[in-house]
Amino acid sequence: MSIVLVAITSAGPVGQAVDQLVSWLLTHGPALFSVIQALVQGLASFFQALLAAPPAWLLAVLVTLLGLWRVSAGFALFCLLGLNLVLFMGLWEPMIATLALVVTASLLALLLGLPLGVLASRQRTTWSLVRPVLDLMQTMPAFVYLIPAVMFFSTGQVPSVIATLIFSMPPVVRLTVLGIREVPADRLEAGLSFGCSPSQLLWKVQLPSALPTLMAGVNQTIMLALSMVVIASMIGGGGLGDVVLRGIQQLNVGLGFEGGLAVVILAVILDRLTQSLAAPPTKAMAERWRDWRRIWSDA
Amino acid sequence: MPQIEVSGVWKLFGQQPQPALEALRNGADPEEVQKRYGCRAAVKAVDLAIEAGEIFVVMGLSGSGKSTLLRMLNGLIRPSAGEVVIEGQRLSDLPAVGMRQLRRHTMAMVFQSFALLPGRSALENAAFGLEVAGVPRAQRLERARAALERVGLGRDLGKRPEELSGGMQQRVGLARALALDPPVLLMDEAFSALDPLIRREMQDLLLDLQQDQRRTVVFISHDLDEAVRLGDRIALMQEGAVLQCGSSMDLLCHPANERVRHFFRDVDASAVLSVDAIAEPAPLMVQRNDLERWRHQPPGGAAGVAYVLDEHQRFCGLMPAGGTLLPASEVEQLAAGTTLKQAMEPVALASHPLPVVDAEGRLLGVLSSRQLLKAMVMA
Repeated sequence: MSIVLVAITSAGPVGQAVDQLVSWLLTHGPALFSVIQALVQGLASFFQALLAAPPAWLLAVLVTLLGLWRVSAGFALFCLLGLNLVLFMGLWEPMIATLALVVTASLLALLLGLPLGVLASRQRTTWSLVRPVLDLMQTMPAFVYLIPAVMFFSTGQVPSVIATLIFSMPPVVRLTVLGIREVPADRLEAGLSFGCSPSQLLWKVQLPSALPTLMAGVNQTIMLALSMVVIASMIGGGGLGDVVLRGIQQLNVGLGFEGGLAVVILAVILDRLTQSLAAPPTKAMAERWRDWRRIWSDA
Repeated sequence: MPQIEVSGVWKLFGQQPQPALEALRNGADPEEVQKRYGCRAAVKAVDLAIEAGEIFVVMGLSGSGKSTLLRMLNGLIRPSAGEVVIEGQRLSDLPAVGMRQLRRHTMAMVFQSFALLPGRSALENAAFGLEVAGVPRAQRLERARAALERVGLGRDLGKRPEELSGGMQQRVGLARALALDPPVLLMDEAFSALDPLIRREMQDLLLDLQQDQRRTVVFISHDLDEAVRLGDRIALMQEGAVLQCGSSMDLLCHPANERVRHFFRDVDASAVLSVDAIAEPAPLMVQRNDLERWRHQPPGGAAGVAYVLDEHQRFCGLMPAGGTLLPASEVEQLAAGTTLKQAMEPVALASHPLPVVDAEGRLLGVLSSRQLLKAMVMA
């Protein structure tokens, strides 16, 4: 923390301008910030409670079944073993905390990012405004978001969610724009020639056609969110990031490795599950069932 | 009144269409105009009148402006000048909502690339137009199913486009248009992406559909054989302008200019021309009631045969010189619409010009081997 503070006090003219903007916002918008604070905290607590409600074994079984249905028997086995390992390492509760943060931040990122992407794909001016902001959000070192997040929302889950939200939103916006723009011209023509209104064209032709690209954006956003919530443990986000951070502070290699391993397991599960969402489930189901039977008959 | 009327339609693509249009109308050189205004004319001063119930083929090489012309019929492209009138409605007068209504109820389009929606089954794809038009789910699926059955895909309702072959995909594309039961079908090179055998099948299907219910079909094609086979009338386009518009026979026998003649140079005239177009009037026609009179006094001396007609001008037999009446059932006849190719063998084998009759059996004329040869040499 001390390094960060030194950087701010010795900021140049650009930094001072940003500083002034932040303090202006702090004096003129406390009401807005407390509303956001309440909303985000409510959402984060809700997901935390929801995910912590079922016993660990039940959640593990549910995730395994989901993996079996959507991905593959091998992946289901990985889920089962991986989640058991997390439980065995005693990291279940931190993992649930991390998951709650990821879900909250990703949900908000998608709620904001998808409509923004749709809008930007339709209006050239919106896109030319949004694009440099996205570049900034993506290339700015992730740690930088932590500072204003703390100033506006103090420490805890809320600033973690906000910093994560900012860091993870660009891919979903970008890929939504890309997906909608890439819809083949003949499909648009077909839609128009059958009398689609602009909103029908969007919902019946553009979004379904863009779905695979869109889901890639959703997947990227969730993965970025996961990587950010670990960093956000520095401002009290809690969860697995806390375990890793403790490992660093205490130079405890074993502890850091355990935390890192749990993050990897969670990341792989989230990645495969979200990737599988783009594929049609019914056919996948039949295939998985065949795979599953084959595995058992082989063994 | 024609169902579709196109008058003085121009389409220019580029930066300054209006001044470029003026220049082109005043006879400026297209290349000069392109340089000066950055504008290219895709369609130039086209006038067409398409009647209800006909298959109207717009033919031309790629880049001749035929697809642009088709898209101006349903407003996907707005003309730079001129007017398109569909069933009495001027497209330029229609607000966006009216245009959508027209597209939903009056005209449906079939695409060269099929343009099906990937996430949907064949049934849902076929129901797309009805869905857009707001038809309730059960009803639209029923109509889509009927349309798919009509095009021969009754067993593949649940398949997705990527599971279907090209020909089957285009059947879905056709069913999507037919499900709307539109009076006008716009077909943009609809069969061009299919291999020849399947293309032929689809052409037969289209002709078959026209037998069920005559729709106005505007068919874009670059394939002469297809145009001749399908088209009641053909408009031949080159560099954005219509060179000639008429039946395939008109274009073949009476080309408006050298360029049209050049286009049809490779067409096998004997497969296009039909016997009724070149049949001559019978040299001798006798009413059946007058037959007795002719029995003792052979008509035309020893030279010819007389063609015997009843009171409705129906052909009822041949009367050779001095002989007895050969009833129609024993005489080879050519039905109207028989191509010269098909007529060659019977005409060559017959000892007299063969009678050409229409569907009701009325005598349209006769075809001699000499006349047949002459027609083939001329065309």
